[in-house]
Amino acid sequence: MSEAFTTSTARNIFYGGTMFFLLVFLALTYQTEQVIPKRDKREMLADPMVVAGKKLWETNNCIGCHTLLGEGAYFAPELGNVVKRLGSKEAVMAFIQSRPTEGIPGRRSMPNFNFNEQQLKEIAAFLHYVSEIDTAKWPPNIQG
Amino acid sequence: MQYKSQAVAMPYFIAAIALFVAQILFGLIMGLQYVMGDFLFPTIPFNVARMVHTNALIVWLLMGFMGAAYYLIPEEAETELFSPKLAIALFWIFLVAAGLTVVGYLMVPYATLAKMTGNDLLPTMGREFLEQPLITKLGIVVVALAFLFNISMTVLKGRKTSIATVLLIGLWGLAIFFLFSFYNPHNVVRDKFYWWWVVHLWVEGVWELILGAILAFVLIKVTGVDREVIEKWLYVIVTLTLISGILGTGHHYYWIGTPESWQLIGSIFSALEPIPFFGMTLFAFNMVNRRRREHPNKAATLWALGTGVMAFLGAGVWGFLHTLSPVNYYTHGTQITAAHGHMAFYGAYVMAVLTIISYAMPIIRGRAANSNKAQVVEMWAFWLMTISITFITLFLTGAGILQVWLQRVSDSPMPFMVAQDQIALFYWMREWAGVFFLIGLITYIWSFFIPGEEKAKA
Ligand code: HEM
Ligand code: HEM
Ligand SMILES: [Fe+2]
Repeated sequence: MSEAFTTSTARNIFYGGTMFFLLVFLALTYQTEQVIPKRDKREMLADPMVVAGKKLWETNNCIGCHTLLGEGAYFAPELGNVVKRLGSKEAVMAFIQSRPTEGIPGRRSMPNFNFNEQQLKEIAAFLHYVSEIDTAKWPPNIQG
Repeated sequence: MQYKSQAVAMPYFIAAIALFVAQILFGLIMGLQYVMGDFLFPTIPFNVARMVHTNALIVWLLMGFMGAAYYLIPEEAETELFSPKLAIALFWIFLVAAGLTVVGYLMVPYATLAKMTGNDLLPTMGREFLEQPLITKLGIVVVALAFLFNISMTVLKGRKTSIATVLLIGLWGLAIFFLFSFYNPHNVVRDKFYWWWVVHLWVEGVWELILGAILAFVLIKVTGVDREVIEKWLYVIVTLTLISGILGTGHHYYWIGTPESWQLIGSIFSALEPIPFFGMTLFAFNMVNRRRREHPNKAATLWALGTGVMAFLGAGVWGFLHTLSPVNYYTHGTQITAAHGHMAFYGAYVMAVLTIISYAMPIIRGRAANSNKAQVVEMWAFWLMTISITFITLFLTGAGILQVWLQRVSDSPMPFMVAQDQIALFYWMREWAGVFFLIGLITYIWSFFIPGEEKAKA
């Protein structure tokens, strides 16, 4: 690299460029926060079932096998749209409840988490909430 | 070794390699569960193995970065480490915390672990890569801050080089962005939005500064090229990293409920992210070609060149493959993502840590380089691991293309599990490539036990 372009020039461009793009990023974050209320279905969070469901989702590490809106593990189906795929919250509850404790021989199996009726309802409420988020038409089809 | 205190890096490097072994063993368990679903069920369910695999990876890379800093900072600052005792104490705290966390994952159901460790006080668990219990997360913060204090004080009392500055900014950034792991809003869209401030702004932001600094340090040492030249390259690379990578975060904001304007911003800026990685490839090869000396440590030079190439392939090429929003619409959250994740993590961060270990360990052990025989074995390990990860990536890419086709593109899309059955052959091949990776790793460890007969003053 040429003599005119010194290390201290390079350093100044580094600091200046980084600061500039960091500020742009913060501005875009602010703008995102302003407009997402229209897409993120936050009004559904008023239901304590949804909030409790999110906590169950987390404390059982569901994301360790499944994706949720495409993020997570790729071992088991997408769950962001599972309420739509199985047709109802009740169908989702029935599926979760009916997992055999010892698994299905030779197949990938989901553990049985021994949820009670209330917890099943909470998980389903959470998954229903996620299925209502405006995801720009993702996934491409119902299979996720 | 120029400064006695550099030797504190050694336990960090050893623990890093031990955790690397654990990571790979659990990777192999999961790889088998992909094709033999009931393997170890319900003793070690897939999600538990996955936490061990990914958290061990992150922790051993952090151990490697800390070891790298403890080795490189005294030499750059031309002074002994501020407090070697603190460095050793932190090592044990970090190792015990990591060990207990893994035991917790394996011995207790995750929900119970969450209850036991105070997740109710501040729920942070159960999010990908951030599964650690609250107390572990707090421990990480304490260790990170004390570590940063130690190396920052060292730099403050000594010479302030560009390499040390870039490394420090990278490490401080790492700690600061980790703080977002404590922020877990109920709103799923906002939860995901800030989750990426840890994950993306780490691997495609501040960690690249650490990577660049490690590479620059080792290249100065093994090539003897002027510091002035190398530091100029380093600044150019990290500038390109941050001006593309910060807004590049947008490539994760396409389908999670965030505004659609991110599709354009994310696509444009993340498409530029391969440039700094290509810069690293050119950097490594250029400096080695212009070398002013023949350093006896050929293995370290090979690792440095390998990092340049594999980081570009894994992050740059495989990243670009699925980063444009119209492509990502189909590939989002498939085996394509996993393919990229493997080669990028290996090529950039695993190889960078193995580069500094390769350069520093012989010197800490009292010789400029290992014996010829030890280096040959180490280079075999280099090729075994690097070729294996390449095949893992290729097989997962094959699996991913089929998955996208069967499940997302075709006129009669298959259910997830049906599509998975169709691509089992690729998963079997991935598992075999993984076995070769393990053989490479064992070979690597073996190379440390081959005596070094070439005694030269470091
Ligand atoms: C023996 C070799 C390996 C095998 C068999 C293996 C297997 C796996 C499997 C099955 C997953 C889970 C994928 C899913 O969520 O469905 C995974 C995830 C992951 N592995 Fe490995 N792995 C191996 C080596 C490595 C290495 C060497 C690295 C790092 C350099 C690595 C880094 C990762 C990362 C970052 C993830 C998370 C990926 C993502 O979220 O997209 N693995 N691995
Ligand atoms: C060394 C640097 C990099 C590492 C270690 C890395 C690692 C990863 C990992 C582990 C994931 C999966 C995250 C998850 O589990 O949800 C991921 C996702 C992704 N990466 Fe990277 N990456 C790197 C650089 C890049 C670059 C430079 C690009 C673009 C050119 C890129 C594009 C992407 C995209 C688009 C996704 C999202 C995939 C999806 O939609 O499922 N990455 N990366
Ligand atoms: Fe990213």
